[in-house]
Amino acid sequence: MDLSLFVWRQQAPDVQGEMVAYSAKGISEDMSFLEMLDVVNEGLISNGEVPIAFDHDCREGICGTCSQVINGVPHGPMERTTVCQLHMRNFKDGDTIFIEPLRAKAFPILKDLIVDRGALDRIIQEGGYISVHTGGVPDANSVLISRKDAETAMDASECIGCGACVAACPNGSAMLFTASKVSHLAALPQGKIEADQRVRSMTNAMKKEQFGNCSNHYECNAVCPKGVKISFIAKLNREFIKSMISGDSSD
Amino acid sequence: MLLIRSSVGRKIIMAVTGQLMVLFVILHVAGNMTIYFDLINAYAEKLHAFPPIVWSYRIIMITVVLTHIVFGLILKIENLLSNPHGYVIKQSIRKTFASETMIWSGAFIALFIVYHLFHFTVQSINPELSARLNTDAMGRPDVMNMLVGNFQIASIGLFYVSGMIALLLHLSHGVQSSFQTLGLNSEKSIPIIVKAGKLAAFLIFVAYVSIPILIMVGLMDL
Repeated sequence: MDLSLFVWRQQAPDVQGEMVAYSAKGISEDMSFLEMLDVVNEGLISNGEVPIAFDHDCREGICGTCSQVINGVPHGPMERTTVCQLHMRNFKDGDTIFIEPLRAKAFPILKDLIVDRGALDRIIQEGGYISVHTGGVPDANSVLISRKDAETAMDASECIGCGACVAACPNGSAMLFTASKVSHLAALPQGKIEADQRVRSMTNAMKKEQFGNCSNHYECNAVCPKGVKISFIAKLNREFIKSMISGDSSD
Repeated sequence: MLLIRSSVGRKIIMAVTGQLMVLFVILHVAGNMTIYFDLINAYAEKLHAFPPIVWSYRIIMITVVLTHIVFGLILKIENLLSNPHGYVIKQSIRKTFASETMIWSGAFIALFIVYHLFHFTVQSINPELSARLNTDAMGRPDVMNMLVGNFQIASIGLFYVSGMIALLLHLSHGVQSSFQTLGLNSEKSIPIIVKAGKLAAFLIFVAYVSIPILIMVGLMDL
């Protein structure tokens, strides 16, 4: 199939970018979206032009590296699918496709479709850990966890940190991301020790990194490739209220 | 203070003040319904019988309203700053017209409240209809006369209805949003609360606008 593309090209962080038109010819419907871009880049390179810069790594939908906004939707039109797992059979011959980087104040554009998502790492650094004994390996099942809690934690931990939630949010908020991390650890006994401190530090970090405030539009959940649920945002809010009541008052 | 500085804390303030205002709006409309039993003048008289209660109530409500406005503006400004680069193409999947226009429906409601207070509390708009100046046969302030006289003026009735449309929009997002922000829900109850919030907003809307509409079309008279 043949496609016309409009791709955001931006040479450097402080340079004004623009949408540039390209055509992608002879694309197989079995290709992934990234493979289609690979083909376009091959053409650009053989013409002596600078290829389109985009992030990618595992290409099997689990690393969260590939993130593009395709026709106005982070990760494109398929629900619960990362860009690398989005196949060209979801498009038709002659389609026009707009490809843009994730846009938010907290995600500065580095080049073309690549943005710096380090802000998410810095939120994790503020509380995405637990206290454990070092030394000998503990016996299996020495800490008992109910199946329900294990499932809740597992669902929350599905977040791959791709940043699509931030890109879809009209407020550029990272609440779904932060909520999944807070909920994951708060659901487990191992995470209880730092629970009060964690929710405060991580939500503070979110604000410091200039993410916006959640206003419950739920756009984040609609684009999340892992379908992380908005009930985790409610859980973060409960954890926050708990920490205000029971935590110490020093920040 | 954590509640004032934190992003989640500020939202909790919005949710709590919002829910207090929803309670007020429900109490207010329940009072309005006395008109259908010809009891509005009696109700109004009883309501204002003990000034210290009236004034404490007013001071609390003013504080709640102003807090909601101030934090709403702070959050909105922060949100605008957090997403400064627009997309060339952006599709919305789940957000609604109501959720997107909270700041505008809120601003319109604020404007409406100011007008409404001058209209029916201070009674300086159309003072010849003021309930304080006109008493009914039993010597009570004639609220019924004030309502009918004012709402027979189409522009006043229509402004009242448009204020209530703003309230309908604001609550159709705000009610469920406040439950989510306070964590008063669960995975199963979220869709129910979303629907119940919209239903509550609609019922409140219908109850409020029924009075001016019935007066405007002539079905309710003195």
